[in-house]
Amino acid sequence: MRESRFVSLLLVAPALAILLVFFATPLGYSLVTAFVAKDGALTTANFVKAFEFYSTDIWFTVVIVGLSTVLIAVIAVAIGGYLVLGDSARAVAILKWLYRWPLFIPFIVAGQMMRSFLAKNGLMNNTFVSLGLLDPLQTTSFLDWQGLIITFVWKQTPFVALLVAGAMASLDPSTIEAARNLGAKRLRILIEIIVPQVRRTLVVGLILSFVAMMSVLSVPLMISGESPTMITVDMAFRINFYGDYGVANALGFTSYLITAAAAWFYLRQGVREGAEP
Amino acid sequence: MTGPLNWLPRTIILVLLALVIFGPLTNLLIWAVAEQWYYPHKLPVTYGFKYWAEVFKPTGNAMLSLWTSLLIAVLTVLACLAVSIPAGYALARRSLPWRALIMLAFLLPQAFPSVPIYINIARIFYGYGLNGTITGVVLVHTTHGLVFSVWIATAAFAAVDRELEEAARSIGASPLRSFFTVTLPLAAPGIMASAIFVFLESLDEFTGTFFVGVPDVTTLPLLLFNASMEGNYQIASITALILLVPSVGFMLFIERFLKADVLGKVGA
Repeated sequence: MRESRFVSLLLVAPALAILLVFFATPLGYSLVTAFVAKDGALTTANFVKAFEFYSTDIWFTVVIVGLSTVLIAVIAVAIGGYLVLGDSARAVAILKWLYRWPLFIPFIVAGQMMRSFLAKNGLMNNTFVSLGLLDPLQTTSFLDWQGLIITFVWKQTPFVALLVAGAMASLDPSTIEAARNLGAKRLRILIEIIVPQVRRTLVVGLILSFVAMMSVLSVPLMISGESPTMITVDMAFRINFYGDYGVANALGFTSYLITAAAAWFYLRQGVREGAEP
Repeated sequence: MTGPLNWLPRTIILVLLALVIFGPLTNLLIWAVAEQWYYPHKLPVTYGFKYWAEVFKPTGNAMLSLWTSLLIAVLTVLACLAVSIPAGYALARRSLPWRALIMLAFLLPQAFPSVPIYINIARIFYGYGLNGTITGVVLVHTTHGLVFSVWIATAAFAAVDRELEEAARSIGASPLRSFFTVTLPLAAPGIMASAIFVFLESLDEFTGTFFVGVPDVTTLPLLLFNASMEGNYQIASITALILLVPSVGFMLFIERFLKADVLGKVGA
C-alpha cells in the first residue's frame, strides 16, 4: 500500500501557507524596504541615516545582548553542572525546583517586576539600606544597561539551563565516574568532559536566547526607554512618530545581520571546539 | 573533602539564588496590595485591595482586556491545532519530501528578530483593514505559535505505537477511522501540551499585538504596559499577577502533560 506524497504535502500545506503569507512575506518586505527610498528608487540612504542616528544604539544592543548571552551561558552551565555533579541530594533537589521559576514568566511581567525592583527606591535598594549595606543617599537606579542585562539573564537563563541540564542528564555516566575515580575535581570534569559533549545543545539554546533578546520590545521600553537604548525601541519610534519605514527596516536588517553574525560565531565555535579530541 | 562546614557555601549560594529569583516577584506582590507607597517609606504606607476592585470591576478596562486576551488565545489555539494536527501527522507518519526542511521552516519565525517582521506585517494588514482587529492579532499569534504546535504534534504522533494503528486497519477500519479512533486519542496528551504552549504564547505576546492590535485591541500585556508607563504600578502589578497564574501553573504541571517519550521526540 503505497501512500501518496501528494496527500502528505496537502496535509502540510495549510500550515506552510500561514508561514508563507504571515512570515515570509513581511520578511521579504522588510529586506526590500530597507533598500528602497520613498520615491521607489534603490538606495543605501536608509542605512546611512540609520547609522548616523543610531550607531550608538546599535553598539549598545550588541554589547547588552552579547554580554547577557555570555552570562547566561556561564550560569546555565553552572546550574546544569551542579544538577549532574552535586553531591548533596537535597541541594540538587532544591536547585532543580528553584532555577526554573522565571522560565514561563512572560518578558512583559519580568519587565514590570524589574522596573519596580531595580528602581532607585525599589525593594532591592531598600533592602540593602535596611541591612546597613548601603547609605540611603548612595542608592542609584539600575534602570539602564545594568537593568537590561539583569532582566535578560534572569529571564533567559532557566531556558538554556533546562536544555543543558537535559542534555547533561542523558550523557553516559561512565566517563564522568572514571574521571572522578582518577581524582579529577568537579569543575574540571564539568569543563573538560561534560561541556564539550553538550556543546551543541548549549549553542542552540544560546542562539534562541540571543534572538529572543534581539526581538523583545517591552523590556527595553520599560527598563531603559532613554538614550542609549536598544534598536528595537528605535524601530518602534521611527514607525510610530515618523512613519519612516525605510530607516526602521534598515535597523531591522541590521538586527538580522547581528543575529546572523552571532549564530555564525557560536556555531563555528561549537564545531571547532567540539572537533578537538 | 568533607569538613564540618562543607554544607555552608552551597547553602549561601542557594539562598542568594532564591533571593535573586523571588526578590522581583516579591516586589510585584507588594505592589499588588499597596494602596499608598511613596519615598522614603521602604514598605507601603497603606495596604488594601482598592485596586483589585478597580481591576475586577465588571465594566472596567481590565476585564475587557482579559476577555480580549482569552478570546484571542483560544482562537489562536484553534487555528494552530486546525493546521498542526494534519501537518504533524504527515510529518510523523507519512513519507514526505523535504521533511527536515519543512520542520526547520516552522522554527524560522523564532529565529529572526521579530520587530521588523511585525512592523511590516502591520503595514501589509493596514491595506486589508486587518489592523486593530482580533483576526489580525490571531493571525500574528498563530504564525508565532506554529513551531510549538507543529513540532509537539509531530512528536506526539511519532510516539504513538504503529502496531495499534495497524491492528485497527487489519480488522477493517478505514484510514480515517483508525486515525480518529486510535491515533488521535493516543496522541491527545501531547497535542494538549502543544495547545497549552500556544495558549500561553498568545496570552503573553506583546510585540505583535503592539504593532498590529493598535488602537482597538488591548490585550492584558498591552494594558500592563500602558499602566506601567503611566506610573500606575498597582494596576500593572495586578495585571502581571493575572498573567503569572497560568504561566507558573503550567511550569509546575508541564511534566504531567508532556511525557518523556514525547519530549524526547520534539524537533526530531
